[in-house]
Amino acid sequence: MGIAIALAGNPNSGKTTLFNVLTGARQHVGNYPGVTVEKKQGRCVSGSDEFHVVDLPGTYSLSAYSQEEVVARDFIVTEQPAMIVNIVDASNLERNLYLTLQFMEMGISVCIALNMMDVAEKRGIDIDIEKLSALLGVAVVPMVARTGKGREQLLKTVARHAKTRPAPLQISYGRDIDGALDEMEAKIRFDNFLTSQYVPRWVALKYLENDLQILEMGKKQNPETHAWLTNTAQTLARHLDTTLDTHPEGMIADQRYGFISSILKQGVMTWSRDQNRLEISDKIDKIVTHRFLGPLLMVAVLMGLYQFTFAYSAVPVAWCENLFAWLGGRVDSLLSDGLIKSLMISGIIDGVGGVLGFVPLILFMFLGISFLEDSGYLARMAFMLDRVFRIFGLHGASVMAFIVSGGIAGGCAVPGVMATRTLKSPKERLATLLTVPFMNCGAKLPVYALLVAAFFTEHRARVMLLITFISWAGALLVARLLRSTVITGPATPFVMELPPYRLPTFRGLAIHTWERTWQYIRKAGTVILGISIVLWAMMTFPRLDTAKMADPAPAGTQQAAARQTGEEQAGPAATALRYSIAGRMGTALESITHLAGFDWQTNIALVGGFAAKEVVVSTLGTAYSLGDVDPEDAGSLSERLQSDPGWGPVTAFSLILFTIFYSPCFVTVVCIAKESGSWKWGAFSMVFNTLLALGVSIGFFQTATWIMS
Amino acid sequence: MPYIQLRQMQVNQTGTIAGIKARGELGTRLRDMGLVPGKEIQIQGKAPLYDPVSLRIMGFTLTLRNNEADHILVEVN
Repeated sequence: MGIAIALAGNPNSGKTTLFNVLTGARQHVGNYPGVTVEKKQGRCVSGSDEFHVVDLPGTYSLSAYSQEEVVARDFIVTEQPAMIVNIVDASNLERNLYLTLQFMEMGISVCIALNMMDVAEKRGIDIDIEKLSALLGVAVVPMVARTGKGREQLLKTVARHAKTRPAPLQISYGRDIDGALDEMEAKIRFDNFLTSQYVPRWVALKYLENDLQILEMGKKQNPETHAWLTNTAQTLARHLDTTLDTHPEGMIADQRYGFISSILKQGVMTWSRDQNRLEISDKIDKIVTHRFLGPLLMVAVLMGLYQFTFAYSAVPVAWCENLFAWLGGRVDSLLSDGLIKSLMISGIIDGVGGVLGFVPLILFMFLGISFLEDSGYLARMAFMLDRVFRIFGLHGASVMAFIVSGGIAGGCAVPGVMATRTLKSPKERLATLLTVPFMNCGAKLPVYALLVAAFFTEHRARVMLLITFISWAGALLVARLLRSTVITGPATPFVMELPPYRLPTFRGLAIHTWERTWQYIRKAGTVILGISIVLWAMMTFPRLDTAKMADPAPAGTQQAAARQTGEEQAGPAATALRYSIAGRMGTALESITHLAGFDWQTNIALVGGFAAKEVVVSTLGTAYSLGDVDPEDAGSLSERLQSDPGWGPVTAFSLILFTIFYSPCFVTVVCIAKESGSWKWGAFSMVFNTLLALGVSIGFFQTATWIMS
Repeated sequence: MPYIQLRQMQVNQTGTIAGIKARGELGTRLRDMGLVPGKEIQIQGKAPLYDPVSLRIMGFTLTLRNNEADHILVEVN
């Protein structure tokens, strides 16, 4: 057994960087039990010591207002790690120590990893580490997590101090509060009230802070003591209100900050320059969040991301396509004709190849997004867009969920739906949950890429930008609609840090990009393969009996017929597909979807898209190659669509619109149901979105054909 | 020196926080981020639509909405 340590700290303090530096590749990501907060764990070794590291969610405080804070608190109490490694940003010491004090008040062993010493030095901040350590009574290790500097010393310190149980920190909160605390502490001790898990004075403090989680636990354990404590807290609150026009929570926070200032002022922190000097970051912000330049720059950044993704990924995308074409050719020449070969080529290789072929594109996209995220630009986007989001009944932080879902194309609605956890107001959160699937996730991109390559080759970037604008507008309008009909309620706080701009590290970008791309591949590799096979079966069975297949094949397609399975020749091939389960569904739906310009092949593909959006492309491929009139034409699917008389820019754009708005994939629906706590909302998103998509597509297609006629 | 609401402060104006009127979750969030009486702040900028506002406190940058800034009383320099 190694030494169990938990990493804790403020968001943007370099916690993830430290976690990566400590554990390297030996990490795995899961969830905390019962909640949807991500839990990262890993192992690390230093000399003869082995450590088991858990990355707690980044928080500013330990109140019970957010799931992250409750998770962090509960983990410490129930799992009892040998030590909390509290990562503290040296360039932002005062605010970071606020969390440290709260850990110390809980009576747990804490060690401070004083990160970003280089940044602090550049900003003219001098920190007397020994003095800080002595005044706080905890070990302090200076570090630069980005470069790994201080790693060994940190681990040695942890190994030396782990398992020591320090006396809980006692801060003086002023005579009134201290008096009440003493009294409450004695009562809690005497009644053994929650003392199996918590430090008595801390419980008293939480009663004064009106901490709903502890209050609830207390009420369950001993209603009498609970009532006495609540009563004492209320008496104090009334007293403070009348004498000082304040309240316990306020005073407690003020005194904590007072305690920190008093320590820092004893020569721990000295500024060799003006504290309010404009940092480089602030100078950048003058331009980046400028009233006119800011939004312009934001559009430019989005455009740049598209160009970067599409231009640079083109070459590896071609490699991938060639690889799968070569694989198909090999299988073709190795296997004899029949169902197995048809399954291998049309089901497996075409299906998975069509999806994996886009891995480079998605990789580039995520690389771009991770760069924006890690550099701090995403927070600026939230800042600039909040006023707009509020109009639609959302929160500035909704931006994150939208962006992760594909607000900057790429991303995935599944983590996007999960990213809504940071939203605390259930109503804004629900509205975000239900509208993020309209964003352009990485799986919809292949559909767009295919159609754009076939019909809008010359305007690639512009059409892609247009798609983004349409999905945003749609999502926001629907959010407004939902917030004023099904989900009504007031707005929640928007208190957010704008982290200084940082040049992302290569390592951080690589890990970030890889984690996300891997999620996509894993999905493609497992779910998609299964679905490809099921769809192949749906498109193959039931088979036409030979009597109906009596038509002799046209002479010219003999060679082609040899390449595919026996029955797949011109006319009969199409007949066979129409006869299959999928064909019947597609044909049945055609009477409605022809209003939007979709033929039955497209319908089959869209039905497949319910399972996962990537499937739209692979199914189109399968549908057209199976039902191919001229299998000799070995061109790519986009060339195939280009040459089809039923397809044109209008049909293509109608399909793009439908893809933006229709039902989220099955996985997303499951997530929506889980995150909202009700299958009702999962079902709602399927039905509502599909009807909306149908309405939009039909409207567009009918108008466009009318104008053009 | 006059007391005004944080919302009324101009960009680049500095002052000292005199009081936080908010309670409950908003009050806790504001204090968690260091917005407590006695701290010096400087308005750094406003979003393109003049809301939210970004300010400098204890050497870092914080953003909040105008209607939240209304709860903060500042003694301006």
